[in-house]
Parts: sequence; structure tokens; C-alpha cells
Amino acid sequence: MEMTGAQILMAVLEEQGVDTIFGFPGGAVIDIYDELVKTDIRHILVRHEQGAVHAADGYARASGRPGVCLVTSGPGATNTVTGIATAYMDSIPMVVITGQVPTHLIGNDAFQEVDITGITRPCTKHNYLVKSVDDLARVLREAFYIAMSGRPGPVLVDIPKDVANARTRWSDNTQIRIKSYQPNYKPNMKQLKKVVGLIKKAKRPLLFGGGGLILSNAAEAFTAFARQTRTPVTTSLMGLGAFPGSDPLWLGMIGMHGTYRANMSAGNCDLLIAIGVRFDDRVTGKIDTFAGKAKIVHIDIDPTSIRKNVQVAVPVVGGCRESLEKLNALIAEEQIGDFDERHQEWLHQIDEWKHQFRMAYDQGETIIKPQFVIDKLFELTKGQAIVTTEVGQNQMWAAQFYHFDGPRQFITSGGLGTMGFGLPAAIGAKAACPDRQVVDIAGDGSIQMNIQEMATAVQSCLPVKIVILNNGYLGMVRQWQELFYDRRYACTLMDHQPDFVKLADAYGALGLRATRPDEVEKVLQEGLASDRTVIMDFVVEKEESVYPMVPAGANITEMLLV
Amino acid sequence: MQANKHVITMLVDNEPGVLSRVVGLFGGRGFNIESLCVAETVTPGISRITIVTKANPPVVEQIEKQLNKLINILKVRDLTHEDAVKREMALICVKASPEYRAEILRIVDIFRCKVVDVGLEHFIIEVTGDEGKLTALLNLLKPMGIKKIARTGTIALLREPK
Repeated sequence: MEMTGAQILMAVLEEQGVDTIFGFPGGAVIDIYDELVKTDIRHILVRHEQGAVHAADGYARASGRPGVCLVTSGPGATNTVTGIATAYMDSIPMVVITGQVPTHLIGNDAFQEVDITGITRPCTKHNYLVKSVDDLARVLREAFYIAMSGRPGPVLVDIPKDVANARTRWSDNTQIRIKSYQPNYKPNMKQLKKVVGLIKKAKRPLLFGGGGLILSNAAEAFTAFARQTRTPVTTSLMGLGAFPGSDPLWLGMIGMHGTYRANMSAGNCDLLIAIGVRFDDRVTGKIDTFAGKAKIVHIDIDPTSIRKNVQVAVPVVGGCRESLEKLNALIAEEQIGDFDERHQEWLHQIDEWKHQFRMAYDQGETIIKPQFVIDKLFELTKGQAIVTTEVGQNQMWAAQFYHFDGPRQFITSGGLGTMGFGLPAAIGAKAACPDRQVVDIAGDGSIQMNIQEMATAVQSCLPVKIVILNNGYLGMVRQWQELFYDRRYACTLMDHQPDFVKLADAYGALGLRATRPDEVEKVLQEGLASDRTVIMDFVVEKEESVYPMVPAGANITEMLLV
Repeated sequence: MQANKHVITMLVDNEPGVLSRVVGLFGGRGFNIESLCVAETVTPGISRITIVTKANPPVVEQIEKQLNKLINILKVRDLTHEDAVKREMALICVKASPEYRAEILRIVDIFRCKVVDVGLEHFIIEVTGDEGKLTALLNLLKPMGIKKIARTGTIALLREPK
């Protein structure tokens, strides 16, 4: 059967089980859009291509399925770069389809032409420029396979307009043959036995999990592993939710704004089992003294992560879930003696640290504290909402005060730290999980970076809730300027913000505001109960800072606590 | 830690952009490229890239792993300490004023290389050899005045077991 390139694209999308794509039309993709509306695939029309990529990202993080977006050539494609880099840094599976000028015009400085494969080469897992329609089906299937397998990542497919219109025979051969790419999930059993050996000897062990646990759906195996070995658990920002926040073994997040006891545990443990992490600088602080007293085990699917930043005693290359399941089996087999007794002193010490410095804030009568808003949100949503965040203080307070019991609940731009991520990501998450409450925690600076997506939420009937912690500053930068630059607030004052309530109304959404602590609960309740998209503007303490904080270059046990 | 020269050879899919990926990887991560040579092999669709880089052992390990991670890279090997044949070719245009002409021809003879271009004021010498031979030849020719030079960079093949 003969089909056009555009029809082949639709056929492969359906073959891959894609039910939703996020996009924005343009000249180079008008033929593709013409075919799209003939299918059952739901298309969410955004208002900026960056919104499309972040939405596909949020969709992928919430559902575990690949996010898909479709944009046009030139500026449409370049507008996706930040979103692609965001997904690349956090290893999110995504296929980005960009239109391109016809093949005979490529390299000719044509209208809306840009070398998007050249531009995104360093920030995609892989990318393709499809020069012939005969390659299209194979390329698209490969794109999905590469995006989802091994260490996931964004894959870009650039389709010239004449390729989309050219005809060829449809092939339903779905077999993927990429000789140069063979991801390995199976861990080496000898290495795993060494890990068990270390566990048997350790008196002060610590489990440290990261984004890899979420990506490989390893939360259950990870939780079982921690409970079976009675080992306290911390995770990076990206790993929150891999272990229940309500479990007594949970230490809170580790790193620059991690909890006191998590950071102290890292500095004093004798065995650190790191799974699905990459030892990023936000976690480790001064790298050469990180976990200085411990033997380190590092389990990860990506060999480049192992020994990139930190020397390890036992490296294990393999999938997180596969490795944990095998470890759990080995430990059950070995019938190791009483972990409780062996770890008793250590757990007691950790408990002391917990009481030495509790994450606290002083909520008075007159000015709302941002942490109080998150606390109340956690309470009123019973910890069950899907929470996306922007970047900065809003992100850190969300991580510190909303306690996640399960994976795929906390959606945040960790690696690239992209302001403007939260609102479109919330829209994507809501598209994936329409029956869940989805809340974006934002700052007054961040929310404006993709505010135009309010129209997307309202038009597409994806009612997300936006909590703005409005302090009139670029908060996190202001905090650094307060602590390290003698309070010289250079260009971080945002004293002219829009009226967010009026702005919500202008978009056809519901706008609510709280200016006093006694209004917070009421506003949250009304906003969460509404079936509309809601902006809740909380006017908060202007110069509140995030603590604990590990200053740049310090060991993570050297925290500023107040 | 000591940064040494390493000869890294890799087999890659002969797809458009593969060389850009490899070079972009080196540039983006701050790895250095001293020389680079790329050409097709006899297997259709497969090319070989040979890169000489200067780095300390942990960085070399990262380079190998990052290259292996690229989708179009089939195989990577560090041949520096392996039993391998390593060769480089150079075309050297040397000033050949009357008082030096005979001397240059004697040097060419000793090094068993060739004169491939002659003029009133110059020779172009073609030489193939390992790094030691090329360096020695260049040192001997420098006093006469090397006008220009084109080098291929090292290429290498692992010796087969006998």
C-alpha cells in the first residue's frame, strides 16, 4: 500500500500507542497536521513551542510513556531547544518531530530554515534528518526505541516538507536493528555478590537513590530493599517519591538544600549504596570529601556515570530495577542476621540529628510564610497530588515540605533547572492523568516565563492549579545575594508584577488571592475544589530563605542552618 | 596525574553527521583533539575514525565511555599501549637554497622518504612513518626552513595474533 510521509508518520505514532501529542502548526508541518486530524490522536495546541516540549516532558514523567511533540521549522524548532535540553539533562523519554524546509532548499538559507539537528546534537540522545521518505518509518521506530531504552532521553526527528508529501510503500516491519546500540540491563552477578558482602559488614549504611529509580520503575524494589536491610534512605531531588516519605527510614532529600540528617548521614556513613544517581554537584558539595568515610557502591544503567565524578568501590552497570530485584533475592537467600541490632546505634544517631535541627519556619499572624502554603497544600491534598514546580526557592520548598509517598508524583526540572517548566509540565501531566489533582508550585518570576500556556490549559480543558509564592523577587538569586554578596540585590527585584488574579480572569481561568495567613486555607480549598484552571496568588514574606543550605565549595555536612 | 598522548580508534556508522557528533563530544566536554583521521573501511557503511588526544587516565576512561554511548559508534579502542602499527604521513615543503640542497637529499635518503616536488627554491618531501621518525626528520629539516606542512595525524591498526 502506498502512503505519503505524513500518513506514515501517523501510522507509526498509532503503532507506538501514542494517544496525545503537544504541538504548534506552521508552514513546514501543515501537511502533517492535515493528516493528524484524520486520526484519533489527541492534539493539545500550545501557545509557545517551549510549552509543547515541557508538556510532552510532564506527560512522560507522569505516565512513563514517551512524550511526543510536533512543531514547525525555523523558529518553531529553535523554540524547542530549552525544552529538549531540559529533558536531556533529566533523561526523559521523548520524541520531538520538527518540520523542515524541502530537501532541495536545505543549506540555502531558506525561509524558516534552521539546522536543528546541528543545534540539538549536544542535547539530544540522538537525532535524525530524514532525507528520503523510504527511511521515514524505520527512523521513527528507531527514534521511539532509542528514546525509551537504556538511559532514556529526547530524540529529535527532522522531516522536510517534501518528504512528508512523498509517497512510498508502507512497511509493517517493526524490528529494530541498530548494531551500534545494545543497551544492557542485566547486572553482573559477581559485582552484586560483592555488594551483599559489603552490606553484611556495614554498621552505618546509607541508601541513596535518584531519578534512575523513577525512570526504571524501581520504587517497589527499592523500598523492599531498604526495609529488608533496615537501611535509612535518602534521595536526590529527582528521586523523591521512590521511597515513601512517610516511612520512618526516610531521611529527607540530600544535597545543597537537603535535610540536616540526610547530609550528616552521608558524611558519616561507612557504606553508601547509590542507585540511579549521577553524583551531581548539587548533591555532593565538595566532591573530593563527599561520603569520605564510606565505601561507595554505584549501580547505574549508564557506564559514563560510573566513576565520572566519584571513585567507587563496587561499580555495577545495569538497570536499577533488575539490579535491586536480584539484590533482594540474594539477601533473602543469605538469611543475614539481625539488621536491626547491627544498625541500632546508627539509627539512634540519625534520630538525634533529626531532633537537632528540624525543618521549621515561624508562621506569625500577619505575613504568609511560603513554607506554610506548601504545608497546607500537602495537608489538603492528603499528599496525593501530582506536583510540578518551577525553579528556585519555590522548587526547594516544594521538595522540603511536600512529602511524596510514590513515584511519578513529583515533576521538576532538576538537571537544567528551567524556570517556566512547571505550568506546561502540569498541563502534560494532567493530560496523562486526568483524574489526579495536578498542582504547579511557582514563583512570581518563574510563572511568567510560560504564562501563555494558561490559554492551553483552559482551551484543552486540562484544569491545573497554580500556586504562586509571590515575593516580588527572583528569590533564589536574591538569597545568594543576601548571603554572599552583602545583600546587594542586583537586578533581582521584581516590583512590577501583573495582578495575577486579573491575569487568570483574562485567560478565562479562576483567580484567587491570599494576603494574610488566615486566608491561606480558604483559598487553597476553593482553588482545589474548583473544576477550572486556577491561579492562587499567595503574597508571601519577601525575604525568606531556604535552609539548610550548603554553600558552594563546602562539604555537605557544613550547612548553614539559619 | 600525568596527561599523555593516547591513540583512540573507533568504527562508526557512515551516517551524515557522525563526525560532527564525535568532534562535538570532544569539544563540548573539553576533551582535546591533537589530530583526527577519518575514512571508509572495506565494510560498506562503516568508517574508521582515529583520534590522538592528550589526557590523564580518568579522562581517557570518560572519553572511551562517552564515545561508546553515542548511537552511531560501533566500537572504540585505545591503542596507545597495545601492540599496534601506528603510522602517519606528512608532506613537507622545505626551503632548498643551493647550500642546503645536497644535505636535504642526503637526509631524504637516510630516512627513506621521497621528494615529490622540486623547484628552484624548494622540495616537497613525502614521508610515512611512526611518530618518532617524523619528529626526527622535522628536527633535521627545521634549520633549513620548513615553508609549510600537511600531516594526516596518526592512524593505527591492532596487530593480529601470529
